[in-house]
Amino acid sequence: MSLLDIENLSLTIGDTPILKGMELSVASGEVMGLVGESGSGKSMTALTVMQLLPHAARATGRVTFDGIDILAATEDQMCALRGDDIGMVFQEPMTALNPVKTIGEQVAEGIRWHTKASRAEAEDRARKMLDRVGLPEAKFPMSRYPHELSGGQRQRVVIAIACALKPKLLIADEPTTALDVVLQAQILDLLRDLVAESRMGLLLISHDLAVVTEMADRITILRRGEVMEAGDTARTLSEQLHPYTRQLAQASMHVPARARPHGIETGRPLLQVEGVTRDYPGRRTSLFKRAPGIRAVDDVSLSMAPGQSVALVGRSGCGKSTLARMILALDRPTSGTISFRGETITGKSEAELKPARRDMQVVFQDPYGSFDPRQKVEKLVAEPLHVLEKKPTRAERREMVAHALHEVGLGISDMDKYPHEFSGGQRQRLSIARAIITRPKLVVADEPVSALDVSIRAQILDLFAELNQKLGIAYLFITHDLTVARAITDEVLVMHDGKIVERGKTSEVLDHPQSEAARALVTAAPDLHRAIARRMQEQG
Amino acid sequence: MTAYLLKRLAIALATLLLASMVVFAVLEILPGDPARLMLGLNASADQVELLRNQMGLNAPLAWRYLHWAGGLLSLDFGRSYTYSVPVIDLVRERLAVSLPLALIALALSTIIAIPVGLFSASRRGRAGDTISMGAAQLGVAVPNFWFALMLIYVFAVWLRLVPAGGFSGWSAGIWPALKSLLLPAVALALPQAAILARVTRSALIEVLNEDYIRTARAKGLPYRAVLWRHALRNAMIPVLTILGLQFAFLLAGTIIIENVFYLPGLGRLVFQAITQRDLIVVESVVMLLVAAVIAVNLLVDLSYAVVDPRLRSRQ
Repeated sequence: MSLLDIENLSLTIGDTPILKGMELSVASGEVMGLVGESGSGKSMTALTVMQLLPHAARATGRVTFDGIDILAATEDQMCALRGDDIGMVFQEPMTALNPVKTIGEQVAEGIRWHTKASRAEAEDRARKMLDRVGLPEAKFPMSRYPHELSGGQRQRVVIAIACALKPKLLIADEPTTALDVVLQAQILDLLRDLVAESRMGLLLISHDLAVVTEMADRITILRRGEVMEAGDTARTLSEQLHPYTRQLAQASMHVPARARPHGIETGRPLLQVEGVTRDYPGRRTSLFKRAPGIRAVDDVSLSMAPGQSVALVGRSGCGKSTLARMILALDRPTSGTISFRGETITGKSEAELKPARRDMQVVFQDPYGSFDPRQKVEKLVAEPLHVLEKKPTRAERREMVAHALHEVGLGISDMDKYPHEFSGGQRQRLSIARAIITRPKLVVADEPVSALDVSIRAQILDLFAELNQKLGIAYLFITHDLTVARAITDEVLVMHDGKIVERGKTSEVLDHPQSEAARALVTAAPDLHRAIARRMQEQG
Repeated sequence: MTAYLLKRLAIALATLLLASMVVFAVLEILPGDPARLMLGLNASADQVELLRNQMGLNAPLAWRYLHWAGGLLSLDFGRSYTYSVPVIDLVRERLAVSLPLALIALALSTIIAIPVGLFSASRRGRAGDTISMGAAQLGVAVPNFWFALMLIYVFAVWLRLVPAGGFSGWSAGIWPALKSLLLPAVALALPQAAILARVTRSALIEVLNEDYIRTARAKGLPYRAVLWRHALRNAMIPVLTILGLQFAFLLAGTIIIENVFYLPGLGRLVFQAITQRDLIVVESVVMLLVAAVIAVNLLVDLSYAVVDPRLRSRQ
């Protein structure tokens, strides 16, 4: 019998069915990958096993963990299991830790609770666990607070909490989705080692087929609460018998059809960045002392032609977002100049920037966070119109919004809805509509598809490609995801520690990276083809 | 942390200085000559002029401000025109009633509000939440003097547990004094508790939706433990803010309750001083209250830093 057995599990929240006849099992020492798009019920499966479902949820069927009937277990029994025999790691490391408690307290808390160990014993074990997950004492004393750590480091703390008591089963729900590829590779390695060390079962939940293929022995593919296909990872993905499996695999390798960029060499550049540096003063450590400052962007120069699509890739914290903010004139460079359409924009006042603002727009990563939930779509999409020379009338405004919505594949009737009535992909379409409503020449897109499911992501990439062709908009894609860069850009700039360390044609840089930073990104990036090939090879 | 502390301290001192100027200036502008008031309507102009000279009212404005502010620093608030005693004695006497009253009321309000807030937040939308928040709504809406009268009727008139009013003074022993402060403190505390409970509830509900609450649950902590250990401290910032404001109010805004219970508190002193144009007393008490509010705010700011480590490392 397996460690975890889910049989014929059905789940409803209120009147909404979430899972229908779900089947899944995880054995000790096995990695089971659970793949599906958002809303397919992956996370709810995990929360069912943990019995941390919302109040209105009703589950039927059978969930057996280590001989215990989970659905019939009392809350006390579940408290004894959670954190002891079953650990869980969540998606968003930035918010998964209590900001007012030290990391030591947070790791030791579960140990003390379950083992009744003394404070000193628990702290000792917590220390060892933090060492194990790669947070050594010298650099990461237990007295650190979460805000003093980066996302990757915080995720290590969350893993330390989950694995502190050597659980029999670890559930990891999108554990690396919020991290850059290099960190992702490190965290996946850590999880893999922990599984091997203690023959722990791992239920790895992800929307990323490549990640799951690299990690999982077996895979379960979930769609709208139903299991589409389940089985050995390599076989399932190489044969792609089920149409949905095929669809997912294709979507995750999707490259939009783009005609060759036209007329790049002609005319003056659209955007010219010359020797731009941005320093941030160090934190004041006392009244008279300051920590040394940080140079976020260090002497960066680049130029973009009209209609060109450029990727700015690099790890989290490399300065790419700071550079983007300066290009958008949302932040001022410490030195250097930025000119847009031949005019210098550095040091200009807000009023002088208005014409430039019309021609440059931005699409952010988080389609949930970037809309005011209390405003209707019409108002949200029309927001950039205030930079127009002449204020449009109400009728004109509706007309323009309708047109922009049409261009991103949404309907006119969507104008009177609120953001929460849209799915993640539709919301990203809304942000694109908002960006193109002023007919800009340049759109800066900061991780525009990394929060989206693979099939939605393929559609959004197609949309970007189409708008690039149709409207001649130039793109600056800021991303740590090389598949995005490969899919949609002509040129790539690799940024590391505030400097641009490599640049060139996208395919060349990604296939033959020269700099160390670029090589690290390329090796760490999960690749479905490569992962399947490796699995096949291992299994002979 | 030191930088945070020093900065807060500097802000507090600057505020105090500014407030003293404003208080002084406002009372200067107000109509009414204190010398004439003291001497009565029949006094001659010469007599008034003489007294004005004696009181230093004819000196230049800046000099009078400095003299007054310097006096404040050495706790010399001057003499009351109407009572003819040093203001500091008056204030000290009244503070002996008002300060304990405020502290007891604040403590009661906190003791009631935090558990009610926790209870309500953890049963959000269920019967317990609806009932306790309904009660809180009532607590905010019912005027405290009406409530005070009900308390007097039940506990003083009917059950005869405590006196209906008056203050026996601390010299007669701590227990009798506390007994006479108990009902007014309850009457003051309930509306405050109602407000505080609502703030606690909404702050907690926000915190309970945070990811780290789920992390704590996944550790195996029962819901109650998560509520007390993880949620409450994170919800403290708005609660502390309201507590600070309430303390300032309780110190001087209690005139109605003082009147209902015949308590010789600070509120009544200010009220009498204003009606009698005893400007020195008004100035002094107002400055004292300003200083108290600033001190409480400073304390609240510092407690933020204790509660939230992120504030310690920021400037």
